[in-house]
Amino acid sequence: MKIRAQIGMVLNLDKCIGCHTCSITCKNVWTSRDGIEYAWFNNVETKPGVGYPKEWENQEKWQGGWVRRPDGKLEPRQGSRLKILANIFGNPNLPAIDDYYEPFTYDYERLQNAPEVETPPTARPVSVLTGKKMDKIEWGPNWEDDLGGEFSKRSKDALFEGIQKEMYSAFENTFMMYLPRLCEHCLNPACVASCPSGSIYKREDDGIVLIDQDKCRGWRMCVSGCPYKKIYYNWTTGKAEKCIFCYPRIEAGQPTVCSETCVGRIRYLGVLLYDADKIEAAASVEDPKSLYEAQLGVFLDPHAPEIVAEAQRQGIPQSWIDAAQKSPVYKMAMEWKVAFPLHPEYRTLPMVWYIPPLSPIQSALENGLIGENGIIPDVKDLRIPIRYLANLLTAGKEEPVVRALETMVAMRRYMRRKSVDKVSDPSTLKGTHLSGAQVEEMYQIMAIANYEDRFVIPSSHKEMVESTFDDKASCGFSFGNGCSSGVSEGSLFGKKKATPIVFHDMRRDRKLNAGG
Amino acid sequence: MNTWHQFLFGIYPYIALTVFLLGSLVRFEREQYSWKSDSSQLLVKSQLRLGSMLFHIGILGLFFGHLVGLLTPVSVWDTVGVTHSLKQIVAMTAGGVMGFVCLTGLVILLYRRLTSDRLSANTTWRDKLVLLWLLVTVVLGLATIYVSSSHMDGEEMLKLMQWAQHVVTFRGGAAAIIADVSWVFKAHLFMGMSLFVIFPFTRLVHVWSGFGAVGYLGRAWQLVRPRV
Repeated sequence: MKIRAQIGMVLNLDKCIGCHTCSITCKNVWTSRDGIEYAWFNNVETKPGVGYPKEWENQEKWQGGWVRRPDGKLEPRQGSRLKILANIFGNPNLPAIDDYYEPFTYDYERLQNAPEVETPPTARPVSVLTGKKMDKIEWGPNWEDDLGGEFSKRSKDALFEGIQKEMYSAFENTFMMYLPRLCEHCLNPACVASCPSGSIYKREDDGIVLIDQDKCRGWRMCVSGCPYKKIYYNWTTGKAEKCIFCYPRIEAGQPTVCSETCVGRIRYLGVLLYDADKIEAAASVEDPKSLYEAQLGVFLDPHAPEIVAEAQRQGIPQSWIDAAQKSPVYKMAMEWKVAFPLHPEYRTLPMVWYIPPLSPIQSALENGLIGENGIIPDVKDLRIPIRYLANLLTAGKEEPVVRALETMVAMRRYMRRKSVDKVSDPSTLKGTHLSGAQVEEMYQIMAIANYEDRFVIPSSHKEMVESTFDDKASCGFSFGNGCSSGVSEGSLFGKKKATPIVFHDMRRDRKLNAGG
Repeated sequence: MNTWHQFLFGIYPYIALTVFLLGSLVRFEREQYSWKSDSSQLLVKSQLRLGSMLFHIGILGLFFGHLVGLLTPVSVWDTVGVTHSLKQIVAMTAGGVMGFVCLTGLVILLYRRLTSDRLSANTTWRDKLVLLWLLVTVVLGLATIYVSSSHMDGEEMLKLMQWAQHVVTFRGGAAAIIADVSWVFKAHLFMGMSLFVIFPFTRLVHVWSGFGAVGYLGRAWQLVRPRV
């Protein structure tokens, strides 16, 4: 048994209001630089929809994730090592920038300095790629926000598989939900496996998947390897970039920026202990519908004395074991079974989990359109088809999703009885596997969602790996080699094109190109 | 033989090799962040795969062809029983095919780079220099086939081999060996050697990494970095 710890995340889709605050704060902190302005380490999609980049879930098209070979071994869907190397001169599965969108800004200056004209001056869109004016913006990172666009376009959504989707084109049957997405920091990452330079790696101590920017050579295989399309090629620096799970904050015990700023309090961060020796077997089970349960089997019970003892023996810090015992992620995924991995069928064993939404039903209920069980309606009457959620979270297997939704409905039933009638009524929990005490804890963490309940993050133990005394009087944070500031204007080997400067305007060469 | 000839073919090869090796080393050591293939596939997908595949297959063929053809000692060929004229025919054919493949790819890549708005806005002078330099070198290389076809005895090629082998084994008098070969050969040699000079200062450094990537074939799928 090889015990490792990882900071996992849960997103409670039942509470997501699609405000994009997570995306914006993330962008402001991490991707407001040249060349990566088109990339959103965190984005929020409206489902049904094709998403960002277009049709990212269509693996027939993009060849992301893993496949199980007939001999039971896994290999990336885009091919064996030899095939990946053979495609190194031109990646056949790479999305083009138009599959994301052409990054643009606006000619705001025109509003200030336009000469006298008959009509009010407008700020025309300007392509960041060329610096030239664009006739029309054709697509953007959230083009389908709140079901924007025609049904025929968004119905290309891969999650409609196995569903008679035409009936959902009728206005009365329309449904939608929000899906915030970021890097999954997988246990079995396909990006790491696809990188010919070996520049992508998973950190042993907290499970964060990172790209070594010095070692990345820009072969682009990770972009196509990742089934979530959460690795982006920076077209200015020629390096791949991805969500870094705000590791400087995580190391200090702080939540990621997206979690910290979530106004709906939908995000949770906590430690999961897992057995690294079980990863390969769990990712290779034959039936994709068993992958969700197989992944649960990789996690270890942090309350079991023998696991605690073994974790201590293997050098997991006590503070991390304590955090694992209080982890909201462990409770939601393992105890209450309300959180699920995103697309387990990709065989990546993702570590950002989702609680399915109980779609709004109150008005339909009041009109007597759907049956009820007490005052809370039945799960099967919910607006979003169960199969749709199952295609997203459990490779199409409906039972676990139904059970999770029923658990959440039972929680509401129990708490309603408690707060209205002032009685704890265990009969309201019929059909769930939870006790009254568990449900009250669930209510505390999922509905009240206090800061300290949502984020249980132990700080990293750098003192165990390096002597901070050696850092005395050394240089601070820099973008360069060692203590150099890294901002020299030129070098023998080409000017550094990437700047740490926040993107607020077009680069000078683009502006010249635009003719002022 | 004048001083210029002595410099270009007796001394310049060593300058070129030194810049190539030291420059690569310094860049890898000090500026590894700048070490990359600098692909533009994301911006303009069309034609890249065709052009890039043709170009790379062609140039790899040319590289290994030159390596084996120039640096295998003449005695080895003699022992194996390959006559000089046969070797010249093989070199002309293989080099001609590979050169043509490479040239086709190059032209596609150049056309793509110069006609796209997105690419021309994001092309540095170093990118253009590399493509144009390679273009001239390959065209000159193909032109030598025409020159060679007028003397099929393989003796001119022998001089070039001896020159290259004298250079890499640090024997003096290398320049004198090729004093009277056609100017086309000399121009091709100069452009080829200069390619090594610009190598460390351009995206060409990714060639090292391309060969390095072969190690991927024997690597485990997953990489986990322990705490340092």
